[in-house]
Amino acid sequence: MRWSNIVLSAAAVAITASSTYATEDLGDAEAGKVVFAKCKGCHQVGEGAENKIGPHLNGVFGRKAAGLDGFNYSKSLVRAGNSGLEWHADTLSAYIENPRAFASGTRMSFRGLKDPKDRANVIAYLRGFSDNPQDIPEADPTARGTDHSVDPAILAIQGDPEYGAYLSSECTTCHQIEGGDEGIPSIVYWPDEDFVVAMHAYKDKQRPHPVMQMIAGRLSNDEIAALAAYFNNPE
Amino acid sequence: MTLNRRVFLGAAGVVAAGLSAPMVLAQGKPRVVVVGGGAGGATAARYIAKDSKGEIDVTLIEPSRTYYTCFFSNLYLGGFQDLSDIAHSYGTLAANYGINVVHDWATGVDRDAKTVALAGGGSVPYDKLILSPGIDFVDGAVEGWDVSAQNKMPHAYKAGSQTELLKAQIMAMPEGGTFAMVAPPNPFRCPPGPYERISMVAHVLRENNPTAKIIVADPKPKFSKMSLFQEGWANHYEGMVDWIGEDFGGGIVSVNPDAMTVTIDGEETKVDVCNVIPAMKAGRIAEMAGVTDGNWAPVNAADMSSKADPDIYVLGDASQQGDMPKSGFSANSQAKVCANAVRGALTGSKVFPAKFSNTCWSLIDTDDGVKVGATYEATPEKIAKVDGFISQTGEDADLRKATYEESVGWYAGITSDMFG
Repeated sequence: MRWSNIVLSAAAVAITASSTYATEDLGDAEAGKVVFAKCKGCHQVGEGAENKIGPHLNGVFGRKAAGLDGFNYSKSLVRAGNSGLEWHADTLSAYIENPRAFASGTRMSFRGLKDPKDRANVIAYLRGFSDNPQDIPEADPTARGTDHSVDPAILAIQGDPEYGAYLSSECTTCHQIEGGDEGIPSIVYWPDEDFVVAMHAYKDKQRPHPVMQMIAGRLSNDEIAALAAYFNNPE
Repeated sequence: MTLNRRVFLGAAGVVAAGLSAPMVLAQGKPRVVVVGGGAGGATAARYIAKDSKGEIDVTLIEPSRTYYTCFFSNLYLGGFQDLSDIAHSYGTLAANYGINVVHDWATGVDRDAKTVALAGGGSVPYDKLILSPGIDFVDGAVEGWDVSAQNKMPHAYKAGSQTELLKAQIMAMPEGGTFAMVAPPNPFRCPPGPYERISMVAHVLRENNPTAKIIVADPKPKFSKMSLFQEGWANHYEGMVDWIGEDFGGGIVSVNPDAMTVTIDGEETKVDVCNVIPAMKAGRIAEMAGVTDGNWAPVNAADMSSKADPDIYVLGDASQQGDMPKSGFSANSQAKVCANAVRGALTGSKVFPAKFSNTCWSLIDTDDGVKVGATYEATPEKIAKVDGFISQTGEDADLRKATYEESVGWYAGITSDMFG
C-alpha cells in the first residue's frame, strides 16, 4: 500500500486535460515507442524478447518487482518485491522518473525521465506487451479513471431523477427494479439520505463488497444524489 | 406487474405485429431495428422502447422464439440449473413494451436504402440499426472439425440444443472414460467460460463417474481466474483435470470426429466426449453489413456506433471496443449506453456520458463461486479499463457461498433487465 501512496502525486502530474473525455489513456503508445529508444540499450520487449543487461519487459504489468526467474536483480529491488512492490502504471512511472530515488541500490543506471508525458507514453507503449483486459479481465487497467473527490456538503445535493434513471441502468443489471432480493438486495424506495450514506460508505470502502466499492467508487456526489432521487420512486 | 402506460402501448404493438406491417403504422416515427435478442439486443430494444415512451418504433429481429442464455448454461451442465431455468421468451417485450418482435433471420443490410432483409422475404427499414448478433466460428480453426461435426463433437458455445447434447454425452460416458475440451484462442466469448465448464463437468463426473478423466488442449499460456480455477480443481477434483497449455503443445491440436480421437502435439488419444470450442468471430450479419474489420466490428467507445457507418451500432461479443471482455454483462452494459445515445439522436433526449462495467461470476463446485469485475470508461481510442477486482485464492467457504448466491441474484436481475 505504501508504495502506491508514494507515487500518487507523480501519477497525478501525468494526467493532462482533455476536452471531451474525463478518462485518460495511460499515454500515447506510438509516441512511447519513440521514447523507448532510450531504454532499448538494456531492455527488450515484444515477440522473442529476452533478458539482456536489464530484464525483458513482456508481461511486466502486475508482476512483482524483481519477479522474473533467471534474472540477477539488485538486492534493493528484490527487497522491494518481497515488501509487496508490484509494477503497475503508477509504480512504473515513479520508478522511471528517478530510479535511484525510488530504489536505492538499483542496478538500473538511468538518470530518469523527467517529463511526465514521456513517462506516460512509454508506459502506454509497454502496456501493449502485457495481458489484455479483454482476454484476462483481471489484467491491469489501461486508463486512469476520473477522480471523484468527496464533498462535505453531500447530503444537500438535489439529485436529478432523469440522470438517475439513466445511471440506474447500471444498477439494474443486478438489482431488480421490481425489488426482488434473493442473493442481491433490493434498492428501491429507500429514503434518499439512507441511499446516499450507503453509497458513500461503499465509495470510501467502509462497507465491504468489491462490486459495490467499484461501482460506487466512480460515482460523483451529484450522481449518487441522482440515483437516490430516482430509486426513491422509480416510476 | 402494475397496469400502466406501457401495457397500453404494448397492446398496439401486438396488433401491429399481427398485421405483419409494423412499418406502416409507425410512419412518421423514427425507426430502430435491433438484430439479435440476447444480452445486447434485447436490452437495447427494451430500453429504447421503455424510455422513448412510444416515440420510437422498435423492431427486434431474432430467429429463436425461446432464447437460452449462454451465461448459466455451464450450470445446467453441472446440474445446478434446469434447461427451462435458462429459457426465455419475448412475450413481455412485445406485450408490455410495444416492441415488434420478428422471429426470422436477418440475411442482409442495405446501408444505402437503410433496410434489413429477412430470410422469410421482405425487408424492414431503419433510421438506426443495432446489430447484436453474438459470435460465429472461424472456419478451419480446429483441424478436422467444422460445423457439420457439431453433433459428434459439440461446441455448446451457443446455448440450447448444443448444450443439451453435450450434457447427454457427458451422462453417457463409460466408467473411467475421457472428456476432452479443445479451448479457443483469444479473444472469445466469456473468458472464464471454458474453465467454469471444466469445473462443472468435473462436478458431474465426480458424482457419477469418479474415475473419469478430463483433458483440456489450450492454445493459450494462461486464462482468466487461472489461479482460482487451478486451486479449485486441486481441492475439489484432485487428479481429474489435465490442462495442457501452450507451453506443452496445447495449441497443436487436431480432431477426428468419426474416430473420436484428439491429437495433441502429435499424441493421439481416444476420447468419449469432445467439446470443441473453435476460434470465434462476429455473428455473420455484421460481416454481411460490411461493418467488420477482420473478425470483429470496430466501434466508437462513446456510443457503440460502428466505425464504418454512423447509423449502425454493434453491441456485445461481435464488437471490437477495447478492454471489455465478451460477456453477457458487458453486452447489457453497452446496450444501455447505446440506447441512451440512439434515443438522443432520434428524439433529442438528453445524452449522458458513457459508463461501462462488467462482472463475471464462475462456479467451481457446490457453493464455491468466484468473480472478476471491472469498470470501464470511453476514451477517444477505445473502451478502457479503469478499475477492477478479483476473488482471492484461499477465501473462506462463507464468502464463496455468498458469491455464488450473488450470481444467482444477478441472473434474475439481468434477465429481467433484458426481457422485462
